[in-house]
Amino acid sequence: MNANIYRHEFRIRLKSVIIWSLALTFLIAFYFAMFPVFADQAALMNELLAKYPPELRAAFGMDNMDLSTVLGFYSFIFMFVQLCLAIQAGNYGFGLVSIEESELTADFLLSKPVSRAQVLTSKLLAALTSLTLTNLVVWVSSFVAIALFRGEHEYEPGTLILLLLSIVIFQLFFLSVGLVISLLVKRVRSVTPYALGLGFGSYVLSAFSGVFGAVALELITPFKHLDAASIVKHAAYDTPLVLLNVAVTLVALAVSYWLYIRRDIPAVS
Amino acid sequence: MSIIEVTNLTKFYGKSRGIVDVSFSEEEGEIFGFIGPNGAGKSTTIRLLLSLIHPTSGSAKVFGKDVVTHGPEIRRDIGYLPSEVFYYEGMKVIELLKYSASFYGKDCTERLHELSEYMELELNRRISDLSYGNKKKVGIVQGLLHSPKLLFLDEPTSGLDPLMQRKFFDLIRKENARGVTVFFSSHILGEVQRLCNRVGIIREGKIVEISDIRTLQQNNYKKVNVTADGLNPATFDLPGVNNLQTEDGTLHFFFKGDINAVLQKISTIQVADVTIEEPTLEEIFMHYYE
Repeated sequence: MNANIYRHEFRIRLKSVIIWSLALTFLIAFYFAMFPVFADQAALMNELLAKYPPELRAAFGMDNMDLSTVLGFYSFIFMFVQLCLAIQAGNYGFGLVSIEESELTADFLLSKPVSRAQVLTSKLLAALTSLTLTNLVVWVSSFVAIALFRGEHEYEPGTLILLLLSIVIFQLFFLSVGLVISLLVKRVRSVTPYALGLGFGSYVLSAFSGVFGAVALELITPFKHLDAASIVKHAAYDTPLVLLNVAVTLVALAVSYWLYIRRDIPAVS
Repeated sequence: MSIIEVTNLTKFYGKSRGIVDVSFSEEEGEIFGFIGPNGAGKSTTIRLLLSLIHPTSGSAKVFGKDVVTHGPEIRRDIGYLPSEVFYYEGMKVIELLKYSASFYGKDCTERLHELSEYMELELNRRISDLSYGNKKKVGIVQGLLHSPKLLFLDEPTSGLDPLMQRKFFDLIRKENARGVTVFFSSHILGEVQRLCNRVGIIREGKIVEISDIRTLQQNNYKKVNVTADGLNPATFDLPGVNNLQTEDGTLHFFFKGDINAVLQKISTIQVADVTIEEPTLEEIFMHYYE
């Protein structure tokens, strides 16, 4: 780890972290502010939902949700939070080393007396710090929003904590998968399309897997590995899927180090 | 001890050639000129020595250590000025220079200001607002501020005005006088001639000649011009004669070998004028490129 690179990398992302964190705070607060209405009209709401085709309910993961409970409603919002976190983490992952290469500052950094492994570790830790800040903001805004709008409805804080703890696993997945893809393709010209593709792609896969009930799709998308509705319903993780998720993350990280250490840094052409 | 020792270094980018079987060495305190046209493999060689890219085969040592396995250690004492300079656009010059200095674990503040003042660099401007020439100055200061023992200069003068070029050359000479070894890549022969002790000529990825700059000029080739009536170019069809051309009754050629052979031939004819001179580096260079 090199403290200079870490500081530099962290500073570069600070603005982006603030914007994402604010956006997520608003998302959670505004959505959850509607909870009292949903809770009061629970019977009506569930009746309405029952009229939707089961495929559509499955696509939004609502077949497992009871929108009249605090955590049932929260898990619905949490899916969108996950989508945002996926795009943010994917963005940082794709850009981690590719931005230096497309803006041609990699020559500057890598001609300094640091090893590739040190560079990558410092960058990863800086990105992880940025993601953790956003993570903390999600924790705080979730607890505050629930405290403000839950009214008389009770909930199990332990389950909420379990749900929020899944964020770091989720972020690490997109960070490392983004990174490894950016190292596998020849040159990443623009980071955002990749990050959006990865984020929305895995979300859509998860939605489809709900529609078809296909098992195979569940295995590849983190939205299913860490499915909010299922965590709330069972008050537990689906351990094999979480382990699979962590395994993919670890493999992606290991491959990233292997590739980056051997990488030829492209010159101006 | 050789500061740089390159042995059969080869680099292919997939199927396209970088450099092929390049070998040379540079001694401590030398200024080694590395000349060749664009795309000959100059930057590839430097990037290999900095381990920005990895060799396909062969090996290279800097300060006696292998560049692949000891990269970080070696780079502690290296200064690098790339041919195209790119820095973090959002930073101010001073921030970038401090970031650069922070990697070397020593206080470079004084030297940072000294060099910036000398190169007339404004420290509080944003990198994104700088002209190409000014970015190049940032590159020069950045490459020198940690007092490296070995300097890689990759076409360093492009973008600098002549006044700045002269200041820059003086700076490099001063560094060299302090014992800094310089590896100077360029396609401009004049500047290599002004600065370097030895040159390597690279063409299409291969080294075609390595020699002392004086040897290259003096011992190897003579440029001979003979003016006479009724000249027959066949008279000078000797081994060692190159580029034989006739122009307005004057015969020009380059000659490498025992000059007496040419003098004997000349003495057999009635000449109006004879000159035998040192070819310019430019002419030698053209010769290697044919």
